Amino acid sequence: MTLDFARRVEVTLRLNGRDLTTVVAPRTTLLDWLREDVGLTGAKKGCNEGACGTCTVLVDGRRMNGCLTLVVQCAGRSVTTVEGLAGAGGELHPVQQAFARHDAFQCGYCTPGQLLSAVACIAEGHAADDASVREWMSGNICRCSAYPQITAAVLAAAREEPGR
Amino acid sequence: MRDFAYARAGTAESVVGTLADPGTSVIAGGTELLNWFRLGIAAADNVVDIGGLDELRGIATDGDDLRIGALATLNEIGEHPLVTQAASALASACLQAASAQIRNRATIGGNVLQRTRCPYFRAEEPLPWPCSKRDPGSGCASLAGRHERQAIFGWTQDCVAVQPSDPAVALAMLDAQADVLGPAGPRTIPMRDFHLTQREAAEAGQPMRETRLEPGELITGYRLPASADGQAYVKVRERASYEYAIVSAAAAVRLEAGQRIAAARVALGSVAQRPWRLTSAEAELPGTPLTREALIPVIERAMADAAPLPQNGFKVTMARNAAVRALLTAGGAS
Repeated sequence: MTLDFARRVEVTLRLNGRDLTTVVAPRTTLLDWLREDVGLTGAKKGCNEGACGTCTVLVDGRRMNGCLTLVVQCAGRSVTTVEGLAGAGGELHPVQQAFARHDAFQCGYCTPGQLLSAVACIAEGHAADDASVREWMSGNICRCSAYPQITAAVLAAAREEPGR
Repeated sequence: MRDFAYARAGTAESVVGTLADPGTSVIAGGTELLNWFRLGIAAADNVVDIGGLDELRGIATDGDDLRIGALATLNEIGEHPLVTQAASALASACLQAASAQIRNRATIGGNVLQRTRCPYFRAEEPLPWPCSKRDPGSGCASLAGRHERQAIFGWTQDCVAVQPSDPAVALAMLDAQADVLGPAGPRTIPMRDFHLTQREAAEAGQPMRETRLEPGELITGYRLPASADGQAYVKVRERASYEYAIVSAAAAVRLEAGQRIAAARVALGSVAQRPWRLTSAEAELPGTPLTREALIPVIERAMADAAPLPQNGFKVTMARNAAVRALLTAGGAS
């Protein structure tokens, strides 16, 4: 059986609860597509090599680096970005509320990635204590070094909305 | 990023036929391949996606073996009860690798094929310095420059890089077998012999070869023999999480009466371009008390042939101590 290699690929996926179909060059990363084609700039292009975590999004509920994921690899999957975290009425997600309450940012550049990573970290059950949060949030770098406040916010949100 | 054409594989067999063409690469998680394309390390024009192949998925017992599909992610392996029970060194190595986000994408099939983290190698083309991995025969800028993180075993004048995979060290220590599918059919490769040092590759007449995987072959999964031995994976790094190892050590220990070792296996990581089993120590360890004082001389004898570079002599001591700590932890002494 021979494979049919294509330079344009049609992809259907769900983005923040809405089904959509797009045609992309195979090399298009999820991060570039979100920022440049869809216009969702919450996921940031920090290092573009999987080192900083600012591009973290959820794919089928699992956190992943948007810069290390191709759009073609998301066919049939559900993608959540920071723009999809708040409720339909605009009320902030409990993790967003906890970040605001605990002042868990300075410049805010890493915050969208931190938020999505935190949502997943709590859902995974990895927000039991300070040490587990620090270990399981280590893929999100904060150069303002707001780590104590981020850790406190994740723990507070986990207490209110425990994972599985 | 390099432009390429893309196809989704329907069967593993169809991939193997296509892979024989050197212009074709496989993508599974993609955490390595996409960066290779950005830097100019990989030059494929066609990419075949194996991510949808259910036949490469799954973690299950198969007779006495633990079978792990090539598409299992590092997080799936690290938290799977069958792995934490029967191969805890592998589970620990997986969870100490990379970040939670990367571990949700990175697969165990691709992980052992990751390439060195040598900064002279991982630079954007065109390289301003020699690197034999990028330009065969050009030499090694690291040998003439900074090399404190490089090999203490098996290096050559052409290259002093180390293989950075954490899971590969545990797989080599646990005597895992890689199941491989190629144009000539399936075969197995013992993981303790999967990677090649620069010296082994040179002696085989292919100085830049890094593994025993042949062109056109695909890793489909791994088999691990059942083990009730205590296990540990010790990773020494410059920060507590999300960092490559300076050195690492995987160990499995079975004790006899009086806290003496009945049988032990131990492998070092990030000291060579392959996981480094300390086979002479494994032969000597039965009967040895499980104490730091008794273990140190055994490990030192097994590492007597270490050949550190001018800047990385510290890795000999650090690797020795990691091996001792892994053995003590595996035996339940610490």
